[in-house]
Amino acid sequence: MITRASIVRVLMILVTLAVLTVFLLLPLAVVFSEALDQGLRAFIQVFHQAEARSAIWLTLLVAAIAVPVNMVFGVAAAWLMARFEFRGKALLGAFIDLPFSVSPVISGMAFVLLFGAQGWFGPWLIERNLAVIFAVPGLVLVTVFITLPFIARELIPLMQAQGSEEEEAARVLGAGSWQMFFRVTLPNIRWALLYGVLLCNARAMGEFGAVSVVSGHIRNLTTTVPLEVEMRYNEYDYVGAFAIASLLALLAVLTLAFKALMEWRYRHELASGGIHR
Amino acid sequence: MKRRVLPGFGLSLGYVMAWLGLIVMLPLAALVFKSSTLAPSGWWALLSAPRTLAALRLSFGGAVLAAAVNVLAGLLVAWVLVRHRFPGRRVFDALVDLPFALPTAVAGIALTAIYAPEGWLGRYLEPMGIKVAYTPTGVVMAMIFVGFPFVVRTLQPVLESMEREVEEAAASLGATRWQVFFRVVLPLLLPTLLTGFGLALARAVGEYGSVIFIAGNIPRVSEITPLLIVEKLEEFNYAGAAALGVTMLLLSLLLLLLVSLLQRASRRWELPR
Repeated sequence: MITRASIVRVLMILVTLAVLTVFLLLPLAVVFSEALDQGLRAFIQVFHQAEARSAIWLTLLVAAIAVPVNMVFGVAAAWLMARFEFRGKALLGAFIDLPFSVSPVISGMAFVLLFGAQGWFGPWLIERNLAVIFAVPGLVLVTVFITLPFIARELIPLMQAQGSEEEEAARVLGAGSWQMFFRVTLPNIRWALLYGVLLCNARAMGEFGAVSVVSGHIRNLTTTVPLEVEMRYNEYDYVGAFAIASLLALLAVLTLAFKALMEWRYRHELASGGIHR
Repeated sequence: MKRRVLPGFGLSLGYVMAWLGLIVMLPLAALVFKSSTLAPSGWWALLSAPRTLAALRLSFGGAVLAAAVNVLAGLLVAWVLVRHRFPGRRVFDALVDLPFALPTAVAGIALTAIYAPEGWLGRYLEPMGIKVAYTPTGVVMAMIFVGFPFVVRTLQPVLESMEREVEEAAASLGATRWQVFFRVVLPLLLPTLLTGFGLALARAVGEYGSVIFIAGNIPRVSEITPLLIVEKLEEFNYAGAAALGVTMLLLSLLLLLLVSLLQRASRRWELPR
């Protein structure tokens, strides 16, 4: 029997699918379609160009520095926040989250005001012929800033939920500090850590606003992949822009697939809550 | 004081504080300090300029509008994903996070390719007199995209744990479908919806990459505040850029404070636990 309730239900599902398709699936489809607009040959040709290759290398380099740095910070911050009570803990938590709520452009600007030619450390750097802004160190620094909370955010709720009994038992049984950390703590949080690393990496490779402020857009030197997309788009090289963008879109799809897989497989070993879930 | 069994308190506290100080506090201190070098007359000139006011109005007005749309769309999507079973549900559920994972510049050029006058959807919207790309509508569209996952993801766990008995009790007492929704379900979800609204709002206000391509960036019409900051930086007007940045941070803080006050007021409908 067709009831009014079942019509409403089917209608709701259809509207939801339409919303998700138009708002989310279509932008994804458009990237790949525009990238292949002039055929596969033109698409592949883009990746033979030196500018594209150097942008890819630079993005890999920045992520290869920023992600491990934030991994160490995330684990230390989670250990501190989930295992100890101290005064000002809530405030410290707010500071860890701060980069999430600052506009990327403002974050980039803050680093220009520190290390730029007119910044606090500008004259000191110029004297020693060191460049931070409009150079690779600046790109790394803003990426570290932008992605700082990702891993800590995943680990803190999980470690709070797990409690510290196993670690205390290890200590009582005579394990040293690092022994306890590598044998008990790390195995307990490994999936959440991997999950946080994935999200951190996706953001590190895709960051645009903050990076564009400190980059100076110097081809072959300070253009990361997202900046190369912007420059080609502004030069009306649409196939080039979308071809390079399709790499980032592919990374996004892979990240989502891994994320979904891990949530399905290791649901009980990942924290519920946190900003991404 | 209780003796701590677990090691590493001093080490992790020292390291986290030092790192936060260097990476987070020091740059933001430089920002605030730089804005304070702008004389009061400079502040006045900056904040009374029609171009600044238009950019602030677009950034904050657009973000409020986009977050409101996200609340409505997010409520529908979260409800359907949690309460109904249909083929492809897992895939669509995973897809909700796309705006988190897709780099903003990619989202920006993709949205422009869709909504430009000759774009995938733009070519059908244009004859109907609907212009999206290169107008404030396009700005709001991009803001809706980047904020989309927040409401859905904050709502989902709450919907999953919500007891259906409450709805069933209301229905058995004679409430109609709509009465159950507006009198029972919605008041229970209101604090969560406001959380999602606040997160989507904060994200949309500061958004840069996905907006600048579709916006067209016409001063006083479709120019967002972060872009105005970039332009001031390119003119080496660092004090002005810093002042505008601090203004933005203060305004978003104020707005989020307002949201959390509303949230506190809405909690009076929550069921006693």
